Amino acid sequence: MNRKTILVSAGLLLLAAFPLAVQNPYVLHLLIMTFLWVLLGQAWNLLGGFTGQISYGHAAFFGVGAYTTGILVKSGLSPATAWSGLLLGGLMAALIASVIGWICFRLRGPYFSLSVLALAEVLRLVAVNWKQLTNGAEGILYIPAFRSKAYYYWIILAIAALAFVVIRAVMRSKFGFYFLSIREDQDAAESLGVNTTRYKLYSLLISAFFTGVAGSFYMNYLGFIDPGIVFSISDISIMMILVTMLGGAATLAGPIVGAVLYILVSEFFRVWVKSGHLIFFGILIIFIIIFFPSGIVGTISQSRAGRKLRASAERKAAA
Amino acid sequence: MSLLELDNVSKRFGGLMAVGKMTFKVEKGEILGLIGPNGAGKTTIFNLVNGYYPPTTGTITFKGGRIDGLKPHVVCHKGLARTFQVVKPLARLTVLENVMASAFCRTDRREEAREIALEATAFAEMEEWRDRLAGGLPLGMRKRLEMARALATRPELLLLDENFAGLNPAEVEKTIEIVKKIHGSGVTILIIEHNMRVIMSISHRLVCINYGEKIAEGEPRDVADNQQVIDAYLGVAHA
Amino acid sequence: MSPQLAGQIELLGQVLISGILLGGLYALIGLGMSLIMGVMKIINLAHGELMMVAMYMTYWAFTLWHVDPYVSLLIVCPLMFLLGVVIQKFLITPVMEAESILPQNQVLLTVGIGLVLANLALLLFTANYRSVPVSYASKTIYWDIKLGGQTISLSISYPFLTAFAIAVLLGTALFLFLGRTDTGRMIRATAQDKRAAALMGINTRKITYITFGIGAALVGAAGALLDPVYYLYPQIGGPFTNKAFVITILGGLGNIPGAVLGGLVLGLAESLGSVYISLGYKDAFGFIIFVLVLIFLPRGLLGKGRAQ
Repeated sequence: MNRKTILVSAGLLLLAAFPLAVQNPYVLHLLIMTFLWVLLGQAWNLLGGFTGQISYGHAAFFGVGAYTTGILVKSGLSPATAWSGLLLGGLMAALIASVIGWICFRLRGPYFSLSVLALAEVLRLVAVNWKQLTNGAEGILYIPAFRSKAYYYWIILAIAALAFVVIRAVMRSKFGFYFLSIREDQDAAESLGVNTTRYKLYSLLISAFFTGVAGSFYMNYLGFIDPGIVFSISDISIMMILVTMLGGAATLAGPIVGAVLYILVSEFFRVWVKSGHLIFFGILIIFIIIFFPSGIVGTISQSRAGRKLRASAERKAAA
Repeated sequence: MSLLELDNVSKRFGGLMAVGKMTFKVEKGEILGLIGPNGAGKTTIFNLVNGYYPPTTGTITFKGGRIDGLKPHVVCHKGLARTFQVVKPLARLTVLENVMASAFCRTDRREEAREIALEATAFAEMEEWRDRLAGGLPLGMRKRLEMARALATRPELLLLDENFAGLNPAEVEKTIEIVKKIHGSGVTILIIEHNMRVIMSISHRLVCINYGEKIAEGEPRDVADNQQVIDAYLGVAHA
Repeated sequence: MSPQLAGQIELLGQVLISGILLGGLYALIGLGMSLIMGVMKIINLAHGELMMVAMYMTYWAFTLWHVDPYVSLLIVCPLMFLLGVVIQKFLITPVMEAESILPQNQVLLTVGIGLVLANLALLLFTANYRSVPVSYASKTIYWDIKLGGQTISLSISYPFLTAFAIAVLLGTALFLFLGRTDTGRMIRATAQDKRAAALMGINTRKITYITFGIGAALVGAAGALLDPVYYLYPQIGGPFTNKAFVITILGGLGNIPGAVLGGLVLGLAESLGSVYISLGYKDAFGFIIFVLVLIFLPRGLLGKGRAQ
């Protein structure tokens, strides 16, 4: 077992033990939201950062997951626990994703991005209008099963960690190499034996699954959703992209860093600035894109690579 | 039975007939050169063979089976690989990882892909470059990477699209060597090339096309002496 | 003709008229984005927010100094042009010219800009709905048609009609500008092939500034025209951005007549859909047509747009 694995495992154990020591609900809530966004960032990053398919409509999958659980609980088919409908939510999201992928993967670049956005909006309108199923704009409301946040904390931590392990394994495998090939040059990849349509779909399915699971969790944890929240372009779709880009797209650590930063920044502004606090988010996005386009992790690894290159060049010159 | 057969293949883009009545064969074990002035349709033929788009009419047969209309990845799995004129490697991966990506065509396992990639990079004489990021490679090495990536798919027929363009004389010599090595290992080669010296020296036969149609076919010497070929390259002198 | 049939025809006529008038306005919104996308290949997701800015400008001009919205067009358009130039010059161009893993950085940039604009408006003007109660806001023109013994009575909203007329004017002006003036030709050249245009001596950077400025001015005009008939609030921009990119794709990138057609199609689709199918899904019709066109008509409705 190498050093990195030991450190990470220790860190995870500490995180897992945290709620036993600290019961402050506000702190736990912040951490839960952080883990949720780590999950969301990683999910988007697989399709966007690693496979190069930029989706502006991932809220579609989040919403499907949330409503799957919401409908499940409201109809009495399942009690409201911290884990009800998680798997089903993920699977439903993946199902919807296969339809969306079938439609949208014929398109490339910005056209793909916009078409996913359009279909996500259609789903939102369905959620608003299909009142018998979704209770329309009023949303779904029920009391979360547990008063203590600890159970939710552990569930979301476990899922986020699982997603990390899964995505890391995927990227090291044939899938990962194929995803990257598609990102760099889809036509060349196709000519070298990659069934790009199929592999784009695989990437989307995994990405949508985890996003759906996140949505399901959200429903159970908060106890309230409505179409405007879970299918939101700016609060979900765009923020998933932002979290990844902040931290660094196409890196494994990027979404983690991005999520932490996102929660810190949004809490800070929410508490201290109150209304219109999103303006600072806008400024932050602009700032990051102009000055740190590779995100925080990306910029650090680039400067490290640069230093290594310079060091080896200096060694060569000195020799 | 020839390895690759084009029979009356044509490709129309809107009103433009890019390739017309194209018929020729590539025999197993030979190096066939495809020559012609710029815009003659050579890369279009590659795109048709490779499956990038289907022909408007005609059939393309590989190893006895029809491949026209099949998608490029299927064609690749059947044993037909190509390089691209404008090389676009996976810039943020190493040379070895780039070749591994293609090697997965023949295996699902990472270790095996790595083996194939090590082999292919050795063949293309890129051992020292294995751990370099593909994005930082000089042009000559990028073209070699293209060849290594195609080789990793273990092709029976390799389509080389202007691999010699932009190379200096030393690199040209080296690349000729490598192409001959590839051929020597049993791979049939169909090559597009503008560098006359190169193509004359390595091809067994030539096909010359102009305005999308075949105007000559045969031994390099004969094709070079063909008046139509000369006219195509130098322009017809009006009396 | 029976009264029922006449009633059906009247309803249809009404719906068609609303659709066309709305479509004209939509076309104006879409024109700006189509131009920007055609020349710079940028998706401007702050397009709706730019419109919102213009709407507030018009609102304050009316509320503070009683300037009629149609008159404030003369001030709002140039101001929006300047705003567009500033945004393009100082924010978008630096990003366009930088390299990154995801080529969509500049799109995200526009998202950031949109967020800033919308929340700035929220901070400064609060979330309260505002309206511009001009005297003619509910003025209606009646058009009676005699058909088969029955009278069909159509009502046309005056502010919408005026907005449509002005939109047509501006659209024609744009068309002439692009077709007949030197700057217009330079814009079209840059849209067709940026590198070739640069090689021919065109200052493509300046062209991108001007193009974004024009795009902003156009959507700003649409905003001013919309003020008399829409309630104004900071988040009003979002849905209009969506409509703009639907129109842009329908018409084909950078295709002016196409964007006009796209706007009309969208307006009619929404109008017909909301009355004959379902009001709740009004916005969905545009999106569905959008995806269908993207897949089956990649060059836009007229087949003349730039393919992907």
